[in-house]
Amino acid sequence: MDLIDILLSATFWAAVLRIASPLIFATMGELICERAGVLNLGIEGIMVAGAFAGWIAVYAGLPLWAGVGCAFLTGVMFGLIHGTLTVPFGLSQHVVGIGLTLLATSATYFAYRVALPEVSSPPRIEAFQPTGWPILGSQTVLTWAALATVAITAWVLYRTPLGLALRAVGENPAAVEAQGLPVHGLRMGAVAVGSGLMAVGGSFLTLSAFNSFFFDMVNGRGWICIALVVFGAWMPGRALLGALLFAGFDAFQVRLQQTELGAGLPYQLFLAMPYLLSILALILMSRRAEVPAALMTPYNKGER
Amino acid sequence: MRLEPVEAPTLARRLGYPAAALAATVVVAALLAAVAGGNPAAVLGQIVDGAVGTKFARLETLNRATPLIFTGLAVAVAFRAKLWNIGAEAQLYLGAVATVLIGTQSGLPGPLVIPAMAAGAVIAGAAMLLGPTLLKTKLGVDEVVTTLLLNFVVLLFVGYLLEGPMKDPMGMGWPKSPSLPKEARLPRIVEGLRLHWGFGLALICAFGVWLVQARTTLGFEMRAVGLNARAARFAGMPVNAVLAKTALISGGLAALAGFSEVAGLKGNLTADISPGFGYTGIVVAMLALLNPLGVVVSALFVAGIFVGADSMSRSAGVPSYIADILLATALLFMVLALMLSRFRVVRG
Repeated sequence: MDLIDILLSATFWAAVLRIASPLIFATMGELICERAGVLNLGIEGIMVAGAFAGWIAVYAGLPLWAGVGCAFLTGVMFGLIHGTLTVPFGLSQHVVGIGLTLLATSATYFAYRVALPEVSSPPRIEAFQPTGWPILGSQTVLTWAALATVAITAWVLYRTPLGLALRAVGENPAAVEAQGLPVHGLRMGAVAVGSGLMAVGGSFLTLSAFNSFFFDMVNGRGWICIALVVFGAWMPGRALLGALLFAGFDAFQVRLQQTELGAGLPYQLFLAMPYLLSILALILMSRRAEVPAALMTPYNKGER
Repeated sequence: MRLEPVEAPTLARRLGYPAAALAATVVVAALLAAVAGGNPAAVLGQIVDGAVGTKFARLETLNRATPLIFTGLAVAVAFRAKLWNIGAEAQLYLGAVATVLIGTQSGLPGPLVIPAMAAGAVIAGAAMLLGPTLLKTKLGVDEVVTTLLLNFVVLLFVGYLLEGPMKDPMGMGWPKSPSLPKEARLPRIVEGLRLHWGFGLALICAFGVWLVQARTTLGFEMRAVGLNARAARFAGMPVNAVLAKTALISGGLAALAGFSEVAGLKGNLTADISPGFGYTGIVVAMLALLNPLGVVVSALFVAGIFVGADSMSRSAGVPSYIADILLATALLFMVLALMLSRFRVVRG
């Protein structure tokens, strides 16, 4: 297979969207948190928990959309833990985030073992099927939902009073307080909803991309999303572009492995590409990015 | 609500909240045991018993604590200077790679090979963290994300080495490195007991780090940079150089965990020598309040929970992941408790 053939094949572009979808949900989630001034390093663990929650709900007999809803609520729950510790209590967002990733991941594995003590391989579910619509027919409806999430996030952030308040709370919380708006409430809300979206991103893996839950299936995607937020300069549209570019590279490398050129190289090099690309993206964007001014700065009334 | 500093916290306040955090963790443990269908009191008892109940269990706990002391120290040193090294896992693996390479390839005579392996490991780990640190100081790239992402890269690199250039030709096809020769193995502390000198080295390192932090200019500068990098810069401290030195020490310490596991315990390198020691080091360091001597105590505590939970899981059937949950909960409760011991929550 030629390199040009890869880029011209329809399955390649279908794969790009499929790979991008979970990243889009989670990147939007992280972007909302960070725009409000809270770095959420719980993302990796929240995606694991969301992947499990969505899958186990469907396995227990709930409809697929209810599975997505369960994932979202699981994310919100972990988001509220993160928010409570980092917003009113102002604890280190680094430490709490890493702690939350450890907590969510281990709680998920524990729950899996308790729920399914006897199974050797995880049971399958009936996952979302391709829509077959004239446009993007090979994608499931969850991919459309991911794209819609970007549009909604952008609209809320830039076109509504709520979005203005959210952006302001990440730039200058004292000014928001002076307007009589609840700084802590806005930040908590952003972290809760953002974490919900991260969990939905995780559930895409179990409810659409695959039809089962595996340990380690999130495999660093959360950390990649944090890099994508920086790459997107904290703007939803650019972050979407970043996710698509990234997924494009990922889909390309899988196909490159099957070419003559790729067969001569160790496969681990291809598997490491996503992480290396994320680091490269961070380096390229670091100088130009407009970081929300109050990111990682807790707000305590009456303190300057 | 808002937070008001407590001028002079009483001893009861400073000890009460952390004690409450530990108590809350025990309550969570009991709840989890009940959820999994076990008898909470029996499960807790079996964890304690599995950790310290027999001589074998106590040695196992000491062995498990050894890499955690190294990674805990690595994290404590870095976090003290607010250098967010989440990459101890990667540094550990590179240290292990260097250890095996020198141990099997150098052909150095007996007494020289072990110091050479340790030095090689330290250099590998230090270089591993220096990269992200320079990216942070020169270009402003957040080191949390780079160190995290590099963990995955290094693990894949080790996988490649073990299936390719470093693969043991006698390994029956398993991805593992050749075994170290006998003179490249760390001796046991007491002959006949399964505890190697890696543990002794870990204690020496803890004391050394304490000495550097408490008694040297560098230690003072590291603390100052961590407390307020801008103020440190105004005071004329070379902040970037201090961070670079911190990175070298932290990366080197984490790499010694890999050295000690390979040369002391396993004798060869596989891709699974660390079940997350690098990440657990964060919990170890935080529970120790970033104090290097405290790291020893908290590593023993954390190792005990892991060893105890493994043994409990075999007999009581409660998944051993309970240990990871408890440590994460303990971490979150503890940071909250430390804050509450210094601040008062006021309405309005």
